[in-house]
Amino acid sequence: MASSTKHYPNRLGIVGWLLGGRWGLERYMYTLHRVTGLGILFYFVLHILVTSTRALGAEWWEGAMVRVGHPIFKIGEFLVFAAFVIHGLNGIRLIAIELGWAVGKAEEPVYPYRSSLHVQRPVLIGVMIVAAVFLALGGWDFLQVTH
Amino acid sequence: MPETSLSNRTIDVYIRRYNPERDARPRWQRFTLAVARGMTVLDGLHRIREEQDPTVVFRYSCRMSVCGSCAMLINGRPALACNTQIADVASERLTLAPLPNFDIIKDLVPDLAPLFQKHRAVQPYIQRADMEEVEKPTGEFYQSPKELERYLQFAYCIKCGSCMAGCPTLAADPEYPGPMPLAQAYRYSADSRDSGFDERKVQAGASHGVFRCHYAGECSNVCPKGVDPARALQLMKRELVLDYLRLRRKRCPASVLRVPGEARRNPDVPAPPPYTV
Ligand code: HEM
Ligand code: SF4
Ligand code: FES
Repeated sequence: MASSTKHYPNRLGIVGWLLGGRWGLERYMYTLHRVTGLGILFYFVLHILVTSTRALGAEWWEGAMVRVGHPIFKIGEFLVFAAFVIHGLNGIRLIAIELGWAVGKAEEPVYPYRSSLHVQRPVLIGVMIVAAVFLALGGWDFLQVTH
Repeated sequence: MPETSLSNRTIDVYIRRYNPERDARPRWQRFTLAVARGMTVLDGLHRIREEQDPTVVFRYSCRMSVCGSCAMLINGRPALACNTQIADVASERLTLAPLPNFDIIKDLVPDLAPLFQKHRAVQPYIQRADMEEVEKPTGEFYQSPKELERYLQFAYCIKCGSCMAGCPTLAADPEYPGPMPLAQAYRYSADSRDSGFDERKVQAGASHGVFRCHYAGECSNVCPKGVDPARALQLMKRELVLDYLRLRRKRCPASVLRVPGEARRNPDVPAPPPYTV
C-alpha cells in the first residue's frame, strides 16, 4: 500500500559513525584507525608547509624553527609518532583481515556464536602489545630529547 | 549475560513512540510491566498492548527467530524481540526503539524497503548459463558437503536488518549497501552452482561497495543468527582483489547429478511424491 503519511528519518549520520554501536574492541579500532590516519595526514600537510618556509629565505626558516620548538609541538610530535605506530601496525592487521587471511572459514553457526571477530582477536591483541612496546620506547626517547 | 532473577518483578519499559499523523518527532513513553518467568520482549509488548495501550505498534510474525520482522533496539542494541528474554537484558529498566538507519514508519516499525532494494541489487540468486535447468530442473546440481559449507553460514540470514542498524559505515553513508546485501553477494558467489560473480562484482566492487567496510565488526556482534556478515564481506574483498589481479580461480558451475538410468525401484519402497517445483 502506498502510504501518504511521512516516515521519520532515523539515520544516525556522522554521530552514529562516531558513537553508534561500540559493542566490540574492533569498533574502537575502526574509529582510531581513521582518526590516526587523518592525524598523520594533517601532520604531513603541516610538515610540508613548515619546511617550505626555507624557500622564502633563511629568516623565515629560523622563525618557523623557533615556533615549532615550543613544548606543545613536542607533545604534538609524540602524538604523531603514536598515531603512526598505531595506524601502521593496525593497518597490517586490516590488510590481513581484508584479504581474508585472518577471518577464518565459513562455519556452521552454533550457539553461542563464534564469529570472525574471535578468529582475528589474537592478531589485534598482538598489534596492541607491539604498539605498546613502541610507544614506551618512543616515549622514553622523547623524554630524553626534551630534557 | 548475567542471569537476573526469574521471579515476578515489575520493571519500567520505555518505548519510543512515533505516530506520523500526530507527532513531529519520536518521543519516549514509559510503561510498567510485571515480568513473568520466560517472558520475551515480544511477549512483554503484547502484554502492554493488551493491558495498557492498544496503540503501541510493532511488527512480528513467526515469534521464533525465523521471519526477521521483530528486530528492534533493545536497551540500545539491535536484537530480535522474540528471541530476547527480558530477564536476560533488564533488571529494572528496558528501552525499546526502532532500528536506526531506517526511516520510522510508526513506533517500533522501521521501513526496511531500502534493505530489500539493496538486497535485490546484488542479484541474490543462482545465475548460470543454463538457466532453463534452474527454471525447469531435470535433476539436482551436484554439491559436496565441503562446497555447501563455504556459504551455508551466510544462507542462515533472515534479513532482519540488525546488522544494518549496527553498522557505523552505513550510519554515515546511505549509498553503502550494508552488511546484509553484501554478505548475500558473497553467499551466492561462493555457491558452487553459481557463475554470477562477474555480474555481482559490479555492485560489490563499486566505489560505495564492500571496500567501504573497515571491519568495525558490529554486524557480526549483533547478528541473531550467527551469520557473521563481517566475515562474508572480507571474503568478498578477497575474491574481488584476486579477480582484479586475475588470480581468481574460475570454476565451472556444478552440473546436474545424473541418477543411474539402469536402477530399478525396490518394490517395498514407495515412490517419492511428485516434484513441487
Ligand atoms: C605504516 C604505514 C601505513 C600503513 C600500513 C597503512 C595502512 C592503512 C590501511 C590498510 C588502510 C585501510 C584501512 C581499511 O580499509 O579499513 C589505511 C587507511 C588510511 N590511512 Fe594509512 N597506512 C599507513 C600510513 C599512512 C600515512 C602515512 C597516512 C597519512 C598521510 C595514512 C592515512 C590514512 C588515511 C586517512 C586512511 C583512511 C582511513 C579510513 O578510511 O578509515 N596512512 N591505512
Ligand atoms: S546478517 Fe544477521 S543481522 Fe544481518 S539481516 Fe541477516 S540475520 Fe539479520
Ligand atoms: S517474530 Fe519472526 S523473527 Fe521475531
